[in-house]
Amino acid sequence: MAKCPECDAEVTVGSDAVKGEIVSCPDCGAELEVKETAPLTLALAPKAEEDWGE
Amino acid sequence: MNSKPRVGVLLSRVRVEEKLLLAELESRGVETKVIDDRDLVLTVEQRPDLGVDVILERCIQHGTALYALAVLDAWGVPTVNRYEVAEICGNKLLTTMRLIRDGVPSPRTRVAFTPESALVAIEELGYPVVLKPLIGSWGRLISKVNDREAAEAIVEHKDVLGNYLHSIYYIQEYIQKPGRDIRAFVVGSETIAAIYRASDHWITNTARGGQASNCPVTPELNALCVRAARAVGGGVVAVDLLEAPEGLLVNEVNYTMEFRNSIDTTGVNIPAKVVDYVLEVARAAR
Repeated sequence: MAKCPECDAEVTVGSDAVKGEIVSCPDCGAELEVKETAPLTLALAPKAEEDWGE
Repeated sequence: MNSKPRVGVLLSRVRVEEKLLLAELESRGVETKVIDDRDLVLTVEQRPDLGVDVILERCIQHGTALYALAVLDAWGVPTVNRYEVAEICGNKLLTTMRLIRDGVPSPRTRVAFTPESALVAIEELGYPVVLKPLIGSWGRLISKVNDREAAEAIVEHKDVLGNYLHSIYYIQEYIQKPGRDIRAFVVGSETIAAIYRASDHWITNTARGGQASNCPVTPELNALCVRAARAVGGGVVAVDLLEAPEGLLVNEVNYTMEFRNSIDTTGVNIPAKVVDYVLEVARAAR
């Protein structure tokens, strides 16, 4: 469990979560990046830029 | 051959696709190194030593993918896809020119470099037309222009967007398609699967809500998609096609393909096919 950096809610992730995965905060909906899994560390995910995609 | 190739996965974030690819590599016991492109520093004067035999590029940013591959390719590091493929597929005009070179049918296209000449090109093609940024994905900033007033507004906006690339006007005829388009997945010399993407909106990208359903890979579809893939340099690509009244047209080719909606839909284990190809590239380079 970790705190959402946007709204301070407590966020849990699945046991299969990996570093670099994006999860949503259930309270505020912010996109969060899993920076570390043990201990769980979350940061706001980068905002999409113009050259993002396939 | 006394050992399995070591695979480096260059990525920006672990999306569903990357999770599936990593799981596939793990299930085969392949030594895999995840390389976060935000941490990457490439020494350009010498062959980058990343400790792997092949790089599977899965960056989310075209610019990062393009220039990382440029350095790796210049030093002969095997990559999937190759730099050339990223360069061509990442730019809609370069893609169009390759398709034309190889006689792959595609929508009629005009290029202009000023707002005034763009309007001339738009009127020459006839409404509706589609204006697309040269570089971009997920249907972003693609405009369907139905009349002169809309054309003037879009062209004026593009003129002031800031990035010089928006002032290179890529203008295409609008294809009256049957509420859907086709996305076909090509790995090496085979079209492994295809989906229809249906939407009430003219933009059918699944990233924008288009609904996926299986599209049978006929010999004709396979042949056309393989030709399109070869035109851009081959490898692992997703070919987008439009069903025009006169036949299939190749709309674009994607080089870091997303496939999360297409595995259950088609019954094809796409990540397994991609991993097969990556290992093949590594072995061929040994």
